[in-house]
Amino acid sequence: MTTWSFFLEHRAEIFDTTLEHLTLVVIAMAFAILIGVPLGMFVVQRPALRTLALGIASILQTVPSLALFGFLIPIPFIGGIGRRTAIVALVLYAILPILRNTYVGLTGIDPAVLEAAEAMGMTNAQILWRVRLPLALAVILAGIRTATVITIGVATIAAVIGAGGLGTFIFRGVAMVSDAVILAGAIPAALLAILADLLLGLLERRLKVS
Amino acid sequence: MNAKPMVLPDPVIEFRGVTYRVPLANGHALVSDISFAVHAGETLVLLGRSGSGKTTVLKLTNRLLLPSAGHVLVSDRSTSDWDPIRLRRGIGYVIQEAGLFPHFTVAENVGLVPALENWDAGRIARRVEELLRLVGLDPAEFAARRPRELSGGQRQRVGVARALAADPPILLMDEPFGALDPVTRAELQREFSALARRLGKTIVFVTHDLREALLLASRIALLEAGRIVAVGTPQEFLHIDHPEVQAFTASLATSLVTQPGASP
Repeated sequence: MTTWSFFLEHRAEIFDTTLEHLTLVVIAMAFAILIGVPLGMFVVQRPALRTLALGIASILQTVPSLALFGFLIPIPFIGGIGRRTAIVALVLYAILPILRNTYVGLTGIDPAVLEAAEAMGMTNAQILWRVRLPLALAVILAGIRTATVITIGVATIAAVIGAGGLGTFIFRGVAMVSDAVILAGAIPAALLAILADLLLGLLERRLKVS
Repeated sequence: MNAKPMVLPDPVIEFRGVTYRVPLANGHALVSDISFAVHAGETLVLLGRSGSGKTTVLKLTNRLLLPSAGHVLVSDRSTSDWDPIRLRRGIGYVIQEAGLFPHFTVAENVGLVPALENWDAGRIARRVEELLRLVGLDPAEFAARRPRELSGGQRQRVGVARALAADPPILLMDEPFGALDPVTRAELQREFSALARRLGKTIVFVTHDLREALLLASRIALLEAGRIVAVGTPQEFLHIDHPEVQAFTASLATSLVTQPGASP
């Protein structure tokens, strides 16, 4: 059976699985953004917490993804077999680039601009919301973009713990020693990653203020 | 309110024995035991070399810094007793790189303090237009532009307009024309000098350029290594017998020889 005919025959299944994969990624990214961005904002003025948060996030990212999925299985509430565990693992992976870029974006602003803001009598909250955050947006989005691409890749491994997604084809293909089946998972995953990178890249360019 | 009798009014800004030490850095003093007063409507120019403590004096005035010793009084009240936000809203601040908000339009930059003070939109728009005209920018052409679409001189004009927006009685200016080319600088100096006289603001102006000081000042205070070493009107200043004054006078002579075209 050629790869192409396998694709044609299973196109409905491939489409559904791609959608399932995308759902995993979108849910995980939503949580990662909701945690990473506020956390980055929170640690900007708190050096001790910043070191701790970035340290933990960095360590999490060095754990091999397959092992991270395995570690989470025995943990109550967030662990077990299935989608929930997979999403937790994906969130843990995605937090670091978002947290780091939020922090870098908020601190990398022209000091003259911040001095002017303070001297004009803006409160710290006003400086954060009206000056720092809008100016950091492009950098934060770059972090979200990196995290999204990583998450699309790592999410293929989620199939190991029964979370579905395009990894299902890849693992089945490995077991069957079938390139066609592996590619049915790998090609859509690669296309998703490229597409996400392009679209978020466009948005990032639009938000950039020189 | 402007019909003041011809006696010296109470000082708007007063430094009484002010010292500022950098916290942590083994107590190195940026300014030491400084005392001076600035009266209403006066332009005090703080002249000095880089690192002489001029900018520190400005930052002590609007409470970006608090003194390590002594008192800074603004409108008869110590800056440590002022609510910093209220104090700063009453003090316009212009810095060398203008520090304009790059994500705001010119109009939004100029209208920021009025917006923070909850003026209604119509009043802000009228005020922005008035101010842009005041600093020589056509509102129709410039209001919607972003700072990056302006020349250095135009940016500095917007910086001045922004500082004047809520009509603060005090203006602090930190080498506002320092980064401009000589021709634009001379142009802005002349215009600002006329503007300052017209508006009657109390101004503290920092520069290392004696020519600029002579042009703009009611009085010049010379700083050297964190201390005020000479004070006088522009006429008096050139005759003060102090080595640092003479160093600056010498620089003036050189610059006149090397830039004959810059003098009007």
